[in-house]
Amino acid sequence: MAAAMPLALFVLQLLGPGGWCLAEPQRDSLREELVITPLPSGDVAATFQFRTRWDSELQREGVSHYRLFPKALGQLISKYSLRELHLSFTQGFWRTRYWGPPFLQAPSGAELWVWFQDTVTNVDKSWKELSNVLSGIFCASLNFIDSTNTVTPTASFKPLGLANDTDHYFLRYAVLPREVVCTENLTPWKKLLPCSSKAGLSVLLKADRLFHTSYHSQAVHIRPVCRNARCTSISWELRQTLSVVFDAFITGQGKKDWSLFRMFSRTLTEPCPLASESRVYVDITNYNQDNETLEVNPPPTTTYQDVILGTRKTYAIYDLLDTATINNSRNLNIQLKWKRPAENGYIHYQPAQDRLQPHLLEMLIQLPANSVTKVSIQFERALLKWTEYTPDPNHGFYVSPSVLSALVPSMVAAKPVDWEESPLFNSLFPVSDGSNYFVRLYTEPLLVNLPTPDFSMPYNVICLTCTVVAVCYGSFYNLLTRTFHIEEPRTGGLAKRLANLIRRIRGVPLL
Amino acid sequence: MGLLSDPVRRRALARLVLRLNAPLWALPVAWLERTMRSVGLEVYTQSFSRKLPFPDETHERYMVSGTNVYGILRAPRAASTESLVLTVPCGSDSTNSQAVGLLLALAAHFRGQIYWAKDIIFLVTEYDLLGTEAWLEAYHDVNVTGMQSSPLQGRAGAIQAAVALELSSDMVTSLDVAVEGLNGQLPNLDLLNLFQTFCQKGGLLCTLQGKLQPQDWTSLDGPLQGLQMLLLMVLRQASGRPHGSHGLFLRYRVEALTLRGINSFRQYKYDLVAVGKALEGMFRKLNHLLERLHQSFFLYLLPALSRFVSIGLYMPAAGFLLLVLGLKALELWMQLHEAGVGLEEPRGSPGPSAQGVGLASLVAPLLISQAMGLALYVLPVLGQHVAAQHFPVAEAEAVVLTLLAIYAAGLALPHNTHRVVSTQAPDRGWMALKLVALIYLALQLGCIALTNFSLGFLLAATMVPTAALAKPHGSRTLYAALLVLTSPAATLFGSLFLWRELQEAPLSLAEGWQLFLAALAQGVLEHHTYGALLFPLLSLGLYPCWLLFWNVLFWK
Repeated sequence: MAAAMPLALFVLQLLGPGGWCLAEPQRDSLREELVITPLPSGDVAATFQFRTRWDSELQREGVSHYRLFPKALGQLISKYSLRELHLSFTQGFWRTRYWGPPFLQAPSGAELWVWFQDTVTNVDKSWKELSNVLSGIFCASLNFIDSTNTVTPTASFKPLGLANDTDHYFLRYAVLPREVVCTENLTPWKKLLPCSSKAGLSVLLKADRLFHTSYHSQAVHIRPVCRNARCTSISWELRQTLSVVFDAFITGQGKKDWSLFRMFSRTLTEPCPLASESRVYVDITNYNQDNETLEVNPPPTTTYQDVILGTRKTYAIYDLLDTATINNSRNLNIQLKWKRPAENGYIHYQPAQDRLQPHLLEMLIQLPANSVTKVSIQFERALLKWTEYTPDPNHGFYVSPSVLSALVPSMVAAKPVDWEESPLFNSLFPVSDGSNYFVRLYTEPLLVNLPTPDFSMPYNVICLTCTVVAVCYGSFYNLLTRTFHIEEPRTGGLAKRLANLIRRIRGVPLL
Repeated sequence: MGLLSDPVRRRALARLVLRLNAPLWALPVAWLERTMRSVGLEVYTQSFSRKLPFPDETHERYMVSGTNVYGILRAPRAASTESLVLTVPCGSDSTNSQAVGLLLALAAHFRGQIYWAKDIIFLVTEYDLLGTEAWLEAYHDVNVTGMQSSPLQGRAGAIQAAVALELSSDMVTSLDVAVEGLNGQLPNLDLLNLFQTFCQKGGLLCTLQGKLQPQDWTSLDGPLQGLQMLLLMVLRQASGRPHGSHGLFLRYRVEALTLRGINSFRQYKYDLVAVGKALEGMFRKLNHLLERLHQSFFLYLLPALSRFVSIGLYMPAAGFLLLVLGLKALELWMQLHEAGVGLEEPRGSPGPSAQGVGLASLVAPLLISQAMGLALYVLPVLGQHVAAQHFPVAEAEAVVLTLLAIYAAGLALPHNTHRVVSTQAPDRGWMALKLVALIYLALQLGCIALTNFSLGFLLAATMVPTAALAKPHGSRTLYAALLVLTSPAATLFGSLFLWRELQEAPLSLAEGWQLFLAALAQGVLEHHTYGALLFPLLSLGLYPCWLLFWNVLFWK
């Protein structure tokens, strides 16, 4: 093993200057992922992990070319002969009772624990120097770590990575509970990322949103891991993790629906070009709590199921490197919506067109047991056209009954029967399987009173107008258009003529 | 101040002692449910609770929680789209248990018949009107008065008509019918005609306003009796109270009336069979209805059961009264215009500035009088606990006394506002104010007369003459006395005396005062529990308007 190392290094040095352009397999890789977990309390936890793995032996001097692995940390490893380093900064406390078990545990404040190589002679001195250097790197008060708050646990805090021996002499552990985590700690932490906060998931790491949460924990874990399955050589792994819990009442204004934009005020626009894997996982496990189900939008391409922390979970996966994920809409804004099954499912509403088609409202409702579901529809009363009134408008207008169709789980599992052979009363509705039976219920029709004009009034008005027109207008028209002639009564009776003759003789006016 | 010096308190205490000795009466819900179910009805219950804004001393209620029981007779071959309601409101004692018995008997009889086309709901409500209100709100799925009630499990479509039944004894000498509902609403006249027809058919003695029908219309006696009943009806309608639980149905456009068995005419005696037959006939007739009752009049006044005065006859009276206000306003407008022109010419100053000053001087009295009205509306109920803490009075008394205090305080107003007001032309100020007040009054009275004619007419008859006469010249004390006598509160006070006089049970002054205080408390309470509009109308509308005239009278 020891003989192989210089050789490998030699090859690396030989190829180093000009070899990067060749199709040499990259010796370092970056995987980034974000896990969004809707918590039982309605809050949402987001956990970022950035894993940089470098197939290189850092302990040797002379490694000077860093690609993805941050140089500051790499030099630290080689200078202080670190075997493992775990550093976390946490603000807030993970409420296990309401939030469930966390992925990454960390105490409140700053925690640092380090395994040194067994080659280190003066562990305490290295520890002191290391904490001071880390203090500078992360802008934290780690320099306050001294012998008064440093312990060497013997049972707990075993090495997480590859380790041959576990001599507790090389372990140092310290916690600074008063450490306040803020933007100045986040910025150097972000700078360690290969894509910084320019692309990929780290775009979402916007300080003013991350510190507007009820829990914030960022950590750096460095450990050696096996390079391959047979573990013939080691690689160095750097994990940068960040967990935040968004408060439903502060960030979400009391609503349980979430989206990436509402959480981070950013959406994902492009993957980090340096990353070999970039994924977003959303926990869509159906807990059936409060009869609510989670809906994510856009619909995920794939899902992933596993047993995490003792429970079976389902995650929706969004792969940023998959071009379809982002290219469709230029950005990815994952939305989480809680839906009660009562509102869930299928709602089809076809609005009415006056005098053409009626309203149609179809809803697929999943009713919780022993519950009352109330469907109410607001409507406005309007006047109909006068020809549309029924002969008895004061009776009201009928609204047809609602239909309720249901597949009711059967109490007794019916055996599959031959459809042709069974009695006729049993075979009208197709039954998919023996565990359900079909029911259709109708509600009573509804009688609605619409505003009804007093029909006697128009009738009276029409009668009156007709009378007035007939009597007044008719006679006036008659009078005005008729010409009157005064006609002399030329013809009279014989008696009249005689009388006039006599009158003329007498000199009296004629008749 | 002795505890028992006040007769009201003494009476209340006596009643309390009696109540404590007697077992507290509650609706036997379980028994009713069982009995109704045994008769063959679908039985449901509804629980409700309501905290009154202040203790109701007349009915001795404050925190009320009760249960309504109702059974539905499902009509065969009908889809439960229409229903009829027979309701029996039960009070805090068992006075109406005869009616419950009749209801159950009718239910048992109706259940055996096959001719029903509409469902029939047999409803027994606890805490009489409060229970009815809770049931109606739940039935129509609304909440207008802040009643807390459980939702109804059983419904029976649109209610077409309702009859409320109140019997105090098993021996009924006559059936009295009450039509006046909440805010003066009346049922369709056909429902009343139906009742009267069946009374005549069954030989039952029917009364209106608790009085026998005038028989002889040819002599002077008949029309005088008719006038007496007409006035009684006007007073009852003007009060805006629901006179029986039917009054609450009218709000939902359900034609309804209350039948009250009274026991005061000893020469006529009927047992409940006769009453039951009349009710059966009514229900069978209503069952045959194809439409809601709508053919006959909704707006009428009744001088007798068989005679009515239609809206076309009585409305012109109110119209002419309001015309007085309009003409007076026109006269003032002309005078103001002339004065403006007269002022303008000698001075040579432009008219608008003078007019602007005149309008500005109106803002203060208008605002102050409206604020007084608002205080009258809000403060009594809001400040009852404060008043009850600082003065040795109960909450209900505190409400009434605060009402009176604020009302009287309004009279001190003109002495406050006239300093605020300053105009060059002294006459212009009060004229403008009176002009505004006249128009305001005319508008209000017009609107009231349209919705509740009796109230509008009563107020117009009292307020219009003095309002037209009010001016800051002449014998002010006489005008002031007149104005006080015709203020809304004095009208209420006078109406109470007139009411008892017409009922031939005259009041002494002390009794009248006690009745007046009780009426005030009831008015406020009914506004909060049922949504009666008389109290807000008087406090927010007419009282500020009346204050404006008071202001005109004492203009300086």
